[in-house]
Amino acid sequence: MRRNDEVTPALLAQARAGSRRAVARLLTLVERSSADAEQVVRALYSATGRAHIVGITGSPGSGKSTVVNELARHLRAGDPDIRPQIGIIAVDPSSPFTGGALLGDRVRMRDLAGDPGIFIRSMASRGRLGGLAAATAAAVKVLDAAGFDLILVETVGAGQAEVDIAATAHTVLVIEAPGMGDDIQSIKAGILEIADVLVVNKADRANKGATVKALQMMLHLNPAGTRVRHHGTMMAVDPVPGSTDGAATGEMPVWETPLLETVATEGRGIPELAVAIERHRGHLRQTGEWQTRETDRSRQEIDQLLQERFMAHLRRAVPAGEREAVIAAVASRALDPYTAVGQLLATARLAADPAAGVEPE
Amino acid sequence: MAERKIRVLIAKPGLDGHDRGAKVIARGLRDAGMEVIYTGLRQTPEMVVEAALQEDVDAIGLSMLSGAHVTLVPAIMALLEAQAMSDIPVFLGGIIPNDDWQGMRDSGVSAIFGPGTPMDEIVAAIKERVLGEA
Repeated sequence: MRRNDEVTPALLAQARAGSRRAVARLLTLVERSSADAEQVVRALYSATGRAHIVGITGSPGSGKSTVVNELARHLRAGDPDIRPQIGIIAVDPSSPFTGGALLGDRVRMRDLAGDPGIFIRSMASRGRLGGLAAATAAAVKVLDAAGFDLILVETVGAGQAEVDIAATAHTVLVIEAPGMGDDIQSIKAGILEIADVLVVNKADRANKGATVKALQMMLHLNPAGTRVRHHGTMMAVDPVPGSTDGAATGEMPVWETPLLETVATEGRGIPELAVAIERHRGHLRQTGEWQTRETDRSRQEIDQLLQERFMAHLRRAVPAGEREAVIAAVASRALDPYTAVGQLLATARLAADPAAGVEPE
Repeated sequence: MAERKIRVLIAKPGLDGHDRGAKVIARGLRDAGMEVIYTGLRQTPEMVVEAALQEDVDAIGLSMLSGAHVTLVPAIMALLEAQAMSDIPVFLGGIIPNDDWQGMRDSGVSAIFGPGTPMDEIVAAIKERVLGEA
């Protein structure tokens, strides 16, 4: 086996100091094993929380990679003293049959090569549904701790329900291309709801009008005075008439999802997109919603880890033979699934009824 | 411990625009369960090495049809050396005249696959070199 395959204090220190080689290695390690991911996150977590994490999602072929390319190029063309260091994580799907993957997002990001202020990493989804890979959250933390100011996370081409990115990013861009379907598509629940910024890319296409109109209608149907926050929680907010920044009235400003048109291949609309992203970051900071989202994200992360640990505990506590026997009994209709689960939980000495609480070991 | 995934960079350095071969290889490696980072056409040696570094790949595959291998392969090998990445095996495919094989090997290329090489042979060679298994 070539190279060191371990998380070492030296490797962690090099990554924090910004060594690209060390960052790349840590990303491999967090992707390869959950034990390594745990070790890395434990070591780096206190150094995270600085970066603005922006998710980019949308249908396959809508131009996500090209938008990322142009956006990063635009931001890096600014004042050298204040332009951000940009980390990019681009997720593409793994084959459900072979587990292999073709990660092609770099093809569209070729303009970013050679800029030492940009780091691009391709990631296969490795069977995870929802648009991200299981290791994406840990990978974001590695880039955050390594000092990247802005982290762009491009999801797999997503259709309607791949909304994991909402739990990972501060700001979510949803990119659509003309021809997405009619206005009914636009008011279905799911991916459009998580957009903080909506983008119609390929806006030089003849049929873009219908898509723009459908999305505008969707945005206008959002009831005034309410807004859908991440994770689907509804939060009532006092409407601020005639003001999107609240400065005039001093009331809590409401974020109105902007709808932007871009032609990413030509860079059109990209400066406006950069402004919208920055405005959203300012909004999150100003309203305290940044902290709310961090709390929501932490809650989700803790819940998920608890689920994993409980499942691991159950697998250890219940002999495989017993589990198989119960599964066979359910298959042959000798047991119903609920009674079966009750039996397994009893073996693991956990209460069968969640309402009754979980007994300590 | 999760399954060890082999990550391979497939790049097409130089100026020729014929990338079908590279795509066939990328697809074949994908179907063999590998994660293939495909960079597309017209990569400079610096782009290839920087991508290999950022992606922390286990192997690099270069497809070249134009004769540019004579200058670009040694340049890539030198950049890998400079980054202390010479442990990453480099495979070469495309049109490489027989007279150049020894020179390519001498510059550090692990294996050369000419036209018609069966996919299985390429997959086996990469696995053997990366995982140390046949």
